[in-house]
Amino acid sequence: MNLFNAIGDYSSFFFRSIFIPWQLKQTGYRILRQVYEVGINSLPIILLIAAFVGLVSVVQTSYQIAGTMPRYILGATVGRMVMIELGPILTALMVSGRCASSMAAEIGTMRVTEQIDALEIMAIDPYRFLNLPRIVGTFIALPLLTVIAEFDALIVSSTYAHYFLDVPFDVFNYGLTHYFYTREFFGGLVKAFFFSGVIATSGCYFGFKVRGGAREVGRAATHAVVTASILVLVLDFLVALVIFG
Amino acid sequence: MIEVKDLSKRFDSLVVLDRVTFQISDASLVVVLGPSGTGKSVLLKAMLGLMPVDGGEVLFDEKSIQTASELEIYNIRKKVGFVFQGTALFDSMNVCDNIALPLIEHTRLSSKEVKDRVCHLLDVVGMAGKAHLYPQSLSGGMKRLVAVARALALKPKYLFYDEPTTGLDPIMTDRVVALIKNLKQSHTNSGIVVTHDLDTARAVGDEIYMLKKGRMNKLTKIEKELYD
Repeated sequence: MNLFNAIGDYSSFFFRSIFIPWQLKQTGYRILRQVYEVGINSLPIILLIAAFVGLVSVVQTSYQIAGTMPRYILGATVGRMVMIELGPILTALMVSGRCASSMAAEIGTMRVTEQIDALEIMAIDPYRFLNLPRIVGTFIALPLLTVIAEFDALIVSSTYAHYFLDVPFDVFNYGLTHYFYTREFFGGLVKAFFFSGVIATSGCYFGFKVRGGAREVGRAATHAVVTASILVLVLDFLVALVIFG
Repeated sequence: MIEVKDLSKRFDSLVVLDRVTFQISDASLVVVLGPSGTGKSVLLKAMLGLMPVDGGEVLFDEKSIQTASELEIYNIRKKVGFVFQGTALFDSMNVCDNIALPLIEHTRLSSKEVKDRVCHLLDVVGMAGKAHLYPQSLSGGMKRLVAVARALALKPKYLFYDEPTTGLDPIMTDRVVALIKNLKQSHTNSGIVVTHDLDTARAVGDEIYMLKKGRMNKLTKIEKELYD
């Protein structure tokens, strides 16, 4: 399959999964379950990663501006870095590692054990039953996770700056709020929204395409993570170009 | 009535179904016998439009599944209960949810009515009290019985069994065979059983066909007696 066919197949899979009757009475609960699975269950690891992102950002920035710029620039630089780039991208990469692989493995296993055939024979559309809740659930959960990760990173970085870098909270916050632009904050969230689509679609797509047995399920999980991660980086560039370029 | 007309299916150069023709009359159970790997499961899946065929058609009450729209195919499938060889139970759901799924998706029954129907179906297949268990904690035979209960959920007109007794011990085999016979009399009009087990075929079949090298041949009474 050449690249254009693959892109077409992937895109049509996404649209086939979304543009169908949602039947919220039957699907609503499964969407909420995916919000829980992607959102709540990813929260501990996201909080941990975001805390270290905040720490690394504040240490590196402090090193670079030391003696050349006023101290409030620390808050401004860390805040903008986290909101524009680090928050959305690292959250997306973590969620793609955690969720795209599990979606691909789960759906792939359902494929090889004929559970998807069973759905079709019961006249239940597997796209609505399996893909729609995962994609919509990720669309809801990932932007929320991104906001939480950004707050977490900023709280940790300002705390570190206060106790270890001699930059008091009010100075850090002055830089943070003085250079806060709504457009940048929402730009980061727009990125997270696009990332959600490719993470969930990759997981479902590679799971659905599994033919064979356990080895193919493992491969599908790997392909899902690799593809989702690459597409996240490609989209990061494209969205940045449109919003900030 | 289900009519299979000149159904053909090949995988590359391997001919699996070669102009297969037969029909399943109302109130009859057709058995398709054949050694493993002859395409019996392919026949069932092709009949239900789960895989494309190279020729021929399958008519459910005179409606061709090959020319039907997606919505019409779903409407045809609602008339069919299918028991998979590997059971295909959803391992993320317990027994109750597995059986309730088609009811929740396709009926407007209340939660209590769904629960009552699930309990009734479990009672029919002899699995009462097992609603809370997950498929992982069931034996192969018990899974098969739950799969039958799930297939019965929408009160299907037709029941398809794919190797219903394969891999079961003799006691569980007798139980499944007795259940199939009982269901034929009390619950459903007609169906098809594919199996490589002669005893099962003899016990449940009104008509027996042999699938070999892609061709279906009906066993005559004399041949059946010879098998006996």
